[in-house]
Amino acid sequence: MIEGALWRRWVFYNLPLILFVFVLLFPFYWMIVTTFRPDGELYLPWNAPNYMPFWTNNPTLEHILYLFEETNFVRWMVNTMFIALVSTVISLFCGVLAGYALARLNFPYAGGLGTAIFITYLVPQTLLFIPLAEIIRNFQLGDTPWSLILTYPTFLIPFCTWLMMGYFKAIPKELEECARIDGASRWKAMVYIIIPVAVPGILSSGIIAFTLSWNEFIYALVFLSSPDQKTVPVGVTSELIRGDVFFWGPLMAGALLGSIPVAIVYSFFVEHYVSGLTGSVKG
Amino acid sequence: MAVTALSAAESKRLSPRLRKLEDERWLAMALLAPTAILLGLFIAYPFFEGVLLSLSSTRVGQPGEFVGLKNFHKIWDDSIFRTTVWNTFWYTGVTTVFKLALGLWLAILLNRHFRGKAIIRAFILLPFIIPTVLSTFAWKWMFDPTFSVINWTLFQLGLITTRINWLGDPDLAMTSIIVINIWRGVPFFAITLLAGLQTISPELHEAAAIDGARPWARFWHVTWPLLMPVTLVVVLFSVIQTFADFQLVYVMTGGGPANATHLFATYAYQLGIGTGLLSEGAAISLAMFPFLFVIVVVQLLYIRRVETR
Repeated sequence: MIEGALWRRWVFYNLPLILFVFVLLFPFYWMIVTTFRPDGELYLPWNAPNYMPFWTNNPTLEHILYLFEETNFVRWMVNTMFIALVSTVISLFCGVLAGYALARLNFPYAGGLGTAIFITYLVPQTLLFIPLAEIIRNFQLGDTPWSLILTYPTFLIPFCTWLMMGYFKAIPKELEECARIDGASRWKAMVYIIIPVAVPGILSSGIIAFTLSWNEFIYALVFLSSPDQKTVPVGVTSELIRGDVFFWGPLMAGALLGSIPVAIVYSFFVEHYVSGLTGSVKG
Repeated sequence: MAVTALSAAESKRLSPRLRKLEDERWLAMALLAPTAILLGLFIAYPFFEGVLLSLSSTRVGQPGEFVGLKNFHKIWDDSIFRTTVWNTFWYTGVTTVFKLALGLWLAILLNRHFRGKAIIRAFILLPFIIPTVLSTFAWKWMFDPTFSVINWTLFQLGLITTRINWLGDPDLAMTSIIVINIWRGVPFFAITLLAGLQTISPELHEAAAIDGARPWARFWHVTWPLLMPVTLVVVLFSVIQTFADFQLVYVMTGGGPANATHLFATYAYQLGIGTGLLSEGAAISLAMFPFLFVIVVVQLLYIRRVETR
């Protein structure tokens, strides 16, 4: 990059970047401040005198305690974690196998099936939620975690398959051929030689699949009804709002704590997440 | 071909099941079976059911009969549905333009070496990672009619004298929703476009600079065309996700005030699940399909043209 004087660097690069970071992160800061702010300060009108919105001198844990004692929040966290983990594992299993087949095997209609996967990759959840709710009810899966564990793979598998196809295509054909000359069967060459090489891709798909299932909302909203079956996003939406009354303290505390598992997973695997994200948009 | 000959001899020692997997066609079928079953059961079958449902008069707890295209006629005459269609296009169009412009700007800002780059990049993606519903609640609290921190700031800066009722006015509510969608989408655009920028050789820029091209010309004639393939795919994904969006509007306004901010998905939810008119809800959801189909086909054709150019 060609760069000029110091003031130019500040005006054209540093200041805009600081502004971007501020706007992108402010809502999270606001979430944290609200979580620890007592109700008395929270509900001061916006034009009240001496109102200091960006800081509190009386931090409190009352909202977090409310969440743990008066709601099923812990249960929602456990539910979400269980659903996200199991559906991620199922999707990885299917996606790795399908990705391998589509990227490395010669069989009739391979190209057509690849396109079909890409098309399902583009099907949004909101297109099918009403008929799917009927089907879930007919299968007697309504209001159970299995209604989500079995339906989340519909958007996770196409994604994992697509991403894995990219990783498998990048592995040289010779690697497999060497193993086969040494006497490995096709199956063994796949399981012991090619899949271990693709582990970074599996990690990337797994992390993104996990965050996507944690984020999913409309299926969970429609398929689950009893308070102790809900996931975090649905539980927070339906149990912390009574009619027109929003419990903002517990709501923000729930939003903050509900984001933490995703944030932790993300912070450990930032590089994998980014490479998965950029891989997912490669045509 | 020595490989196949060897493997044929080799396979005689394997169990019958594994021997079958030596044939690429059988192996491919076995590997694709789990995916085909799950996607068939929960995408193809519901799609088929959805079409049938939209052609019937089913309500919750009341099996309906075949009524042909009556539901589609009904929603066509529905003024809320027309607003919904207009909203969805407006929402998708405006947010996509801003997400692309701001995302590209942010990507260019990040595409150089400076201290703390890795950390900034990691933090910037947070709006995209954190579950949408949860971060949208933070925004809803920031746009609260009485306790809005945005109003407070504008008031302290002397820009307003009375409060702004962000979510009470149809146009302001739509604008607020658009702002939040842009906020959530910019990181995705920035990070994926940054990856595209990093594949462009700096030598091209240097060569253009030596030839006397100003920064703006360098961007327009070097960066932008080379970035086009990545840009198109990112836009395709974003357009589809935005067009079919649900969570953001559901949390911010629920389609209100007075049904002024509905998108396809929220209106389908309100009629299908809220009121129990399953068939009409399914018809509204499915009405997205032709639009999405056209968007995907046009984009894919365009991508192919750009890539073969």
